[in-house]
Amino acid sequence: MSTPASTKHTKLGSEDSIRRGPPVEVVRYGPGKRINHWVTAISLILLLLSGLAMFHPSLFFLTELFGGGQMTRWIHPWIGVVLFISFFILFAQLWKLNIPNRDDVKWASQISDVIGGNEENLPELGKYNAGQKFIFWGMASLIIVLIVTGIMAWEQYFGQLTSIPTQRIALLVHSLAAVAIILIFMLHVYAAIWTRGTIRAMTRGTVTGGWAWRHHRKWLKDMAGRGRIDPTK
Amino acid sequence: MANTMDSPRTAVSNPPVQPMETNLTQRDLIRRSATSELPPPERQLTPVAKLIDVSKCIGCKACQSACVEWNDTNPEVGENVGVYTNPHDLTADMFTLMRFSEWINPETDNLEWLIRKDGCMHCADPGCLKACPSPGAIVQYSNGIVDFIHDNCIGCGYCVKGCPFNIPRISKADHRAYKCTLCSDRVAVGQGPACAKACPTQAIVFGTKEDMKKHAEGRIADLKSRGYANAGLYDPPGVGGTHVMYVLHHNDKPHIYADLPDNPAISAVVQTWKGATKYAGLAVMGLAAAGTLLHGLFGRANRVSKHEEEEAKELVDESVEHVEKREEDA
Repeated sequence: MSTPASTKHTKLGSEDSIRRGPPVEVVRYGPGKRINHWVTAISLILLLLSGLAMFHPSLFFLTELFGGGQMTRWIHPWIGVVLFISFFILFAQLWKLNIPNRDDVKWASQISDVIGGNEENLPELGKYNAGQKFIFWGMASLIIVLIVTGIMAWEQYFGQLTSIPTQRIALLVHSLAAVAIILIFMLHVYAAIWTRGTIRAMTRGTVTGGWAWRHHRKWLKDMAGRGRIDPTK
Repeated sequence: MANTMDSPRTAVSNPPVQPMETNLTQRDLIRRSATSELPPPERQLTPVAKLIDVSKCIGCKACQSACVEWNDTNPEVGENVGVYTNPHDLTADMFTLMRFSEWINPETDNLEWLIRKDGCMHCADPGCLKACPSPGAIVQYSNGIVDFIHDNCIGCGYCVKGCPFNIPRISKADHRAYKCTLCSDRVAVGQGPACAKACPTQAIVFGTKEDMKKHAEGRIADLKSRGYANAGLYDPPGVGGTHVMYVLHHNDKPHIYADLPDNPAISAVVQTWKGATKYAGLAVMGLAAAGTLLHGLFGRANRVSKHEEEEAKELVDESVEHVEKREEDA
């Protein structure tokens, strides 16, 4: 006989549900989002390497990773297209949860408690905190800027699309946006490493109950309150 | 070989009969794209220039033919759309182009047929070279010639954005940038550019930049004496002067010659992109990387405590009990 809690939710074990354990684990990302995330991540790293090669002469040696300058020039925009599509599939699934709310203002105003690791002073949070939301919207807007300016600078197919003065502005904006997105990327990676126990959310898909309690208590309480608990796992 | 001149003084003479070593080599470079530490050139070659006297041009296109012939390019057969300009624009296979403009002089009400031979101006301060991200794809020799080294070209088209004259074209066949070389391969062995050699009216002449300026002075004096009060030499200072110069009968308005820029200079946008952005951007990214690395190594990580794991377990246990109780009550 199955327990009421599990009959009520046939899709338990999927995203945003608790595995009772022990130990208690919370499913933060299903396989679809994880694959999506890593396609985006790998694309971003490849874009960063190929883009930096064309950004500063001291980094031109990075073209060797792609089989030379011609190959780097050819492949960079195509990786950009892959990233754009991959990111915006993720975007469509995550944007609602990333809408800023009142807790985010309080969280951001107490950024010293965040950096100091004094999370007991911070409001209880849903699935994302203001920092994660900043990264999400920062990435989303910069990726739009980068794909638009990137297409304008894509000599092979779009060299005639816009005038040369416009293309100059596009390339300046493209490089500034690239610097900005690299900074956000570093913040994203750093925060994931600094906040121990985070990376497994994107590898195994789960986090520990304690992690959810510490960082996203409202999210954990909401799942528990709705009975999204799988007692068999 | 003390008497050997380092560069030809004219395009009309016959080529030297003795075999000659190429004198435009790596050791003659004064600029090399995407290269910060270029050793100074071993010698200073005499600056050369091509002078195009627009007032003497008859529009025969012998220069275009000579250019195609010497560079062994194969421009597509075009379509006649009712103007003499053919092909309609510079291409990766057409490094020079006679541009024909019909201009009505408002002072005389005369129709003037202006013919300008377009092509690379060989700027002293080349925007293409500044914009180029590929080391050694664009070089500048001490005699002033700006040349594309196709083996190093990656086909990004940044030179197209850098050029204030809209000259370089990217080949659709091999994805490399092409433009007039000022016949560097001829000049290197004592011959003038093919276009100048072919010109039947000597509207195109070639020699040292100094000689060409002197020659222009004579031409300008002649034009002035014939009523062209604004005749002058086009050697725009905004790009540090050029090694292809024009004698224009209306030097006060270069734009009437098929949009020749009045005051060409490397765009401020390109300067910012290739200046502050490049250096500050790299510095900011480097600092951020170093900062996160240091904080990661020496800072205190944000860890979940045992107590918090227990709190979570309690919460989950309570919820399960709560649900079961509600089901029993029902």
